[in-house]
Amino acid sequence: MSAEIVVADAGKVFGSGDTGVAALQDITTTVPEGQFLCLLGPSGCGKSTLLNAMAGFTPLTSGRITVGGRPVTAPGPDRGMVFQEYALFPWMSVEDNVRFGLDIKGIPKAEATVTVDRIVATLGLSDFRKRYPKDLSGGMRQRVAIARILALDPPVMLMDEPFGALDALTRRTLQDELLRIWSEYRKTIVFVTHSIEEAIYLADRILVMTYRPGRIKRDVTVAMPRPRDTASGDFNAIKRELAGLVMEEQRRFTDAEMHAPAVD
Amino acid sequence: MRLSSLRGAIVPVGLLILWEILSRAGVFSPIVLPPPSAVAVKWFSGLLPGLPYQPGTESYLAWMFSGEMPHDTVSSLSRVLSGFVIGAGLAVPTGLVLGTSDRLYALFNPLLQVLRPIPPIAYIPLAIVWFGLGNPPALFLIALGTFFPVLVNTIAGVRQVDSIYIRAARNLGANSWTMFRRVILPAASPFVLAGMRIGIGTAFIVVIVAEMIAVSDGLGYRILEAREYMWSDKIIGGMLTIGILGLIIDGAMSRFNDHLLRWHRGLER
Repeated sequence: MSAEIVVADAGKVFGSGDTGVAALQDITTTVPEGQFLCLLGPSGCGKSTLLNAMAGFTPLTSGRITVGGRPVTAPGPDRGMVFQEYALFPWMSVEDNVRFGLDIKGIPKAEATVTVDRIVATLGLSDFRKRYPKDLSGGMRQRVAIARILALDPPVMLMDEPFGALDALTRRTLQDELLRIWSEYRKTIVFVTHSIEEAIYLADRILVMTYRPGRIKRDVTVAMPRPRDTASGDFNAIKRELAGLVMEEQRRFTDAEMHAPAVD
Repeated sequence: MRLSSLRGAIVPVGLLILWEILSRAGVFSPIVLPPPSAVAVKWFSGLLPGLPYQPGTESYLAWMFSGEMPHDTVSSLSRVLSGFVIGAGLAVPTGLVLGTSDRLYALFNPLLQVLRPIPPIAYIPLAIVWFGLGNPPALFLIALGTFFPVLVNTIAGVRQVDSIYIRAARNLGANSWTMFRRVILPAASPFVLAGMRIGIGTAFIVVIVAEMIAVSDGLGYRILEAREYMWSDKIIGGMLTIGILGLIIDGAMSRFNDHLLRWHRGLER
């Protein structure tokens, strides 16, 4: 189950008048059903704003976004979101976190239990299901966060730098896990990152965004077969190209930051 | 561990011995400071039933608790608990509403800031005017002593709920009621429970004072009554009982909190 995301002339201004900050400007793109898209750019490029607009947390100032043909007006379980800060409910055990969305949906208990069992096993959490989040490592917490939205089988998964706080090895393990889940469940994924390597490793397609106002600077298709070798020549060629683009924007970000306090 | 607890006993035991010696040597009059042995004797005599057991007229358990001190302890404890339940029962819902609604918070917060610093004991005259003597003014004062700490903490607890939980729950499709019951309430619970612990501590202070003024049983009443007869040993024994009961109440509350908050990061051991 997946769905196409259409972004048409999307614009977002925070604040108004002279102090208004244009976070997004003229964003038009289509994410086909089942695509793994990465939004890449420095801080302040609007990549998280665009993701939050898709999630329905941030209303656009202009333009529109549709998911599976339906305009986005509010957050909803058809667009499962994974946050960098995990956002697990610490007062719920692992399995209760995974079950929470099913409870809200009104799924009968027995049926929900079957789903929870399956998802918990898929993410290798079976031994931890009675634990509370405080007893889990960062990597384990992010597995629970993924399990929590996967339980609702959303057509779209939105991920806001989900592995940003993890160490390099855990990060790679979870990237592989995510690719496995993506290929197994065929979700449409929009994944925000500022790591060039992460974007190339994961994505079918990468949108490099500009620093303020956030626009699409380059639309890059990554055609390499998976699993991708991060040390290969092809990989490094793309990396070099993207690094040039991203660093241009990073320099604009740094200049702006030197001359005015960051509002990010 | 055992050695250090032994070491911890040196000062209190030493002081008790010194006190006993000085009292027996006649340095203090028994009215000013009776020896610890006299306090202990009085304390145990208060603990025991006054009359011999009469099978048939009462249960053995009732007889066991028929002594003056058990009776007073039960009276004080039931006042604390009833007052606490009334006070916290009003404060938690009020706090949840005021914490959730910015508009109501803005309306009521100034009043709250004016009323909050008035010690519950300052309400005694008004409590007697409103409720006369007996249990009603005592319960009013205890409930009042519980109300403000629980209210203030509940409001703070709701207002500090991390927005990331709200966002995550909205993303999973939670409506307002689910959000309130399964996200805001548990997220605020560490604050609410901390308020309850402070509240029951205040309630315990207030019950002793209220009993000295409005009623004719309970631990507070008993030590004031003992003063009329200059029974200093009974006064000190009563203070000891009050201390023990306070320790038990706080310990029970603390265990209850730890159990409810076993998920909480702060409790990592």
